[in-house]
Amino acid sequence: MEFQRREAPFLAPQVGVSSIMLQVLAAMVPAAMAHVWYFGPGFLFNLLVAAFFASAGEAMMLSLRSRRPETGLTDYSALVTAALLAFALPSLTPWWVTATGALFAVVVAKHLYGGLGFNIFNPAMAGYVVILVAFPMHLNLWVAPSMGDLDYQHLTILQTLKFTLTGSLPDAIAVDAISRATPLDVMKSGLNNARTVAEIRSIPIMGDFGGRGWEWIGNFLAFGGFWLLIKKIIRWQIPVGVGIGLLLPATIMYMVEPGSHASPGFHLFGGATILCAFFIATDPVTAATSPRGRLIYGIGIGFLIYCIRRWGSYADGVAFAVLLMNMAVPAIDYLTRPHIIGHSEGRGRSGGTVD
Amino acid sequence: MLTAVLTITAIALIAGVGLSFASRRLPSSDSDLVEQVNDLLPQTQCAQCGYPGCRPYAAAVVEGQAAINLCPPGGEDTVRRLADLLGRELIPLAEAATPAVAVIDEALCIGCTHCLKACPVDAIVGAHQLMHTIIESECTGCELCVAPCPVDCISMRPLG
Amino acid sequence: MSAPTYDLGTLHGGLRLPGHKADSTRSAILDIPVPSQLILPITQHVGDPAQPIVGIGERVLKGQLIAESEGTLGAPVHASSSGKVIAIEPWPVSRRYGDTAPCIVIECDGKDEAIARADAPPNFTRLEAPDVLRKILQGGIVGLGGAVFPTAQKLMQARTCEIDHLLLNGVECESYISCDDMLMRERAGEIISGAQILMHALQIDVCFLVVESDKPDAIQKLGDVLGEISDDRIVLKQVPTIYPSGGEDQLVQLVTNREVPSGGLPSDVGCLVQNVGTAAAIHSWVIDNEPLISRVTTITGDGVANPINVRARIGTTIADIIEITGGYTDKAQQLIIGGPMTGKSVSTDRVPLVKATNCVLVMSETPAIGPELPCIRCGDCASVCPVQLLPQQLFWYACADDEKKLRDFGLMDCIECGCCDLVCPSHIPLTADFRVAKGRIRELADEKARAARARLRFEARNDRLEREETERASELSEQKESAKKAGPSAIAEILKRKKKKHEEDK
Repeated sequence: MEFQRREAPFLAPQVGVSSIMLQVLAAMVPAAMAHVWYFGPGFLFNLLVAAFFASAGEAMMLSLRSRRPETGLTDYSALVTAALLAFALPSLTPWWVTATGALFAVVVAKHLYGGLGFNIFNPAMAGYVVILVAFPMHLNLWVAPSMGDLDYQHLTILQTLKFTLTGSLPDAIAVDAISRATPLDVMKSGLNNARTVAEIRSIPIMGDFGGRGWEWIGNFLAFGGFWLLIKKIIRWQIPVGVGIGLLLPATIMYMVEPGSHASPGFHLFGGATILCAFFIATDPVTAATSPRGRLIYGIGIGFLIYCIRRWGSYADGVAFAVLLMNMAVPAIDYLTRPHIIGHSEGRGRSGGTVD
Repeated sequence: MLTAVLTITAIALIAGVGLSFASRRLPSSDSDLVEQVNDLLPQTQCAQCGYPGCRPYAAAVVEGQAAINLCPPGGEDTVRRLADLLGRELIPLAEAATPAVAVIDEALCIGCTHCLKACPVDAIVGAHQLMHTIIESECTGCELCVAPCPVDCISMRPLG
Repeated sequence: MSAPTYDLGTLHGGLRLPGHKADSTRSAILDIPVPSQLILPITQHVGDPAQPIVGIGERVLKGQLIAESEGTLGAPVHASSSGKVIAIEPWPVSRRYGDTAPCIVIECDGKDEAIARADAPPNFTRLEAPDVLRKILQGGIVGLGGAVFPTAQKLMQARTCEIDHLLLNGVECESYISCDDMLMRERAGEIISGAQILMHALQIDVCFLVVESDKPDAIQKLGDVLGEISDDRIVLKQVPTIYPSGGEDQLVQLVTNREVPSGGLPSDVGCLVQNVGTAAAIHSWVIDNEPLISRVTTITGDGVANPINVRARIGTTIADIIEITGGYTDKAQQLIIGGPMTGKSVSTDRVPLVKATNCVLVMSETPAIGPELPCIRCGDCASVCPVQLLPQQLFWYACADDEKKLRDFGLMDCIECGCCDLVCPSHIPLTADFRVAKGRIRELADEKARAARARLRFEARNDRLEREETERASELSEQKESAKKAGPSAIAEILKRKKKKHEEDK
């Protein structure tokens, strides 16, 4: 009897890139729902615009590079980029700002560097930084959370859609009336105005630990992140690293001068820390590869986030911290190569792995 | 703002000057480099590059007198490795060569020892008025034995 | 009694594979009768090729020597049954390199007559260790775990090192394969006896019998036999069921926490590993005078009607064996000799069962895995690599054909276990790529060696020419000197002599 011939191994691989990306998207769903619940439908519009332009950019670049567009689109990596961008942007961002960010992320930060697997910089963060620097005013349109006791101007879905698409509001409502600073903004400007942390925390929008509304989104993101950890989609080194890198200096500074430094808890739950720790920094392509390298990478990001928040002029330093550490990844990988079984350490590297 | 610009410019100037000084003045063992280039060559000693052997070609390459793509037995691989080592631009191979070994037609050989003397690696066994034969495993395919033979009894047989 | 698990080293990475062993371990080992034709490849080991020592038309008896190596690294082949040699010709075989190999084809006469031998050897403990090794050499014993390295030479090499541990490998970590499991259940005594012979040959007294925890029956049986013979030099050790714990270097690390140096052998760190099947074969030869002419093989997969372990004569074709076990199912699309991770797929079932055949896996087509995507640098491959390599970097450098970096990152230490392939989300055929890259590196090493040899010869020739030149020059000047000293009359003498000779020649 005759048979077909193939190369070993003859068992099918256990996972695929598209299933990983889909699980990451799934982990973000509870937080997305919380976002819409607290801050209105603006998030969904941002998501749709970003997803559309990210996918369009991906398809266009793949055909320009003579690759098959279906291959790139079905691995869902463009959708993950779009989702991260949507989480980073305020609800009332005009559509063209979101579109620019998404296009830059996919076309420049990803495909001009070689496409999936070859980019050095996190595409979502690169896209965000570009629109942050180019259109700073439009990235300040944060909405206050709809929690009964807060002074809140409600925009209907249609009004939100109209603003996103055209930038115009109903006559009775002014932009200043609907947009609010984020808790991190409030903290920063408060500290700059020499108010104490205790005074700032008493502002209603600051919430219990991370800012009203935002802390719940943070919680849901954390649940999603833990689920990804359990399913081994992400490894513990990066989230733990980000946590340590951020909390260690935050705790020290808080203990030294509690009046003028926000608490570690606030840093952890406020802003995009949780999003960064579990979803942004864990992007496998742009993060370090070895287990020890990942820990160092995460700690570096956490530390830079703290530095930018404390001493920089931006309220939240996640995007810049991630991009800076992306630059350090080749060096980190080079310096943290694990010990190969049977090799003597000619280079003086220490043995063992952190796994 | 102005101080920042001036500071950065000053640092850049100092670093640039320092690096160019280091690259020019610090001892770069040139002879080591010739050895390294020679190591990358296939040692056929065939003179197809125009130089009488691999080491002279290596010396010429290091001095910049010879291009890196002149070695046919080395193939594209050698050109690439030389380009990597010397930081030169990668250019296509000037002339490709098929690997081959020389074979003596024993019916025609007259035992004149001309080919023996021509072989750069002493891969031909024989003596005056006795049969000559080529040791196949040591033949590098340089073809230097083909021309001296007065009865044209040596041919190249492609390998592989 | 359950074996204690103490003093274990750890194995980095590895995978828990689905076992697929239940089907083939349900029944006892089936004895396959002698077939009508035996096809015996002349070379069934790693090392120097063997040559046949029988001719076509010759009648051979069971256990008769029919092929021997001329070099030092060889293992003889014996006839698996009596019959007539009808051909010595190439046949399809399941070797990794090349698809056909020269084989001795024997038409069996059905009598299964064994060659007459001298009386069974005395109690082996009364033999000197080198004599035991010589005896093992004659039995055609090779590593039956699949590596088929000649056992006697392995033991001889080990004796030149300081060995303190003998490890008997009953781990059998790959999916589907269960021949060692069944052997341990049914012939535990022979295995342990083989271990004792090995310990005597190596003059050591520490032996670990290592079995994976998914084989409770085997552990039970071995424990019972050990209890009966009460040889406390042999200790049963249980290890977790992780692939590829059964690899030689991995087993050494797992049991003794020592790392086998890159490019080295377990004997460099004081260990010797032997498969339990090899130990049983040593027992059969040394005690029962039967050379290696049969082995236990697992016939399994969803392409065979009755998965089972069989004991068959070396040289029986796979087609014959499967027919006897019950034939194929309609899912038989791939025939794999070996396991699903490291086996070799063959195109025909006419290949014979050889010393290396530990498993015959007949499977349906592996499901299509979609296009190969770029590496997303997830690092899963590195976390499962038992050698702690970085497959994502090796893949990068293999694509770039960067020999130096590949060596630096340890490509030559890759054991081709296939774990990285299974976890890669981009479905990159890493193991196949690494095999190609290793071949390329070996090619480059060959080229370098040739170039180095040519350079040596070139330089030697230049030295020779220089030497001849200086010798000639000094000889010439000497002659001139002596001629000057001798004076004009001597020169006239020489000229006269030369003229005379010239005239005589004419």
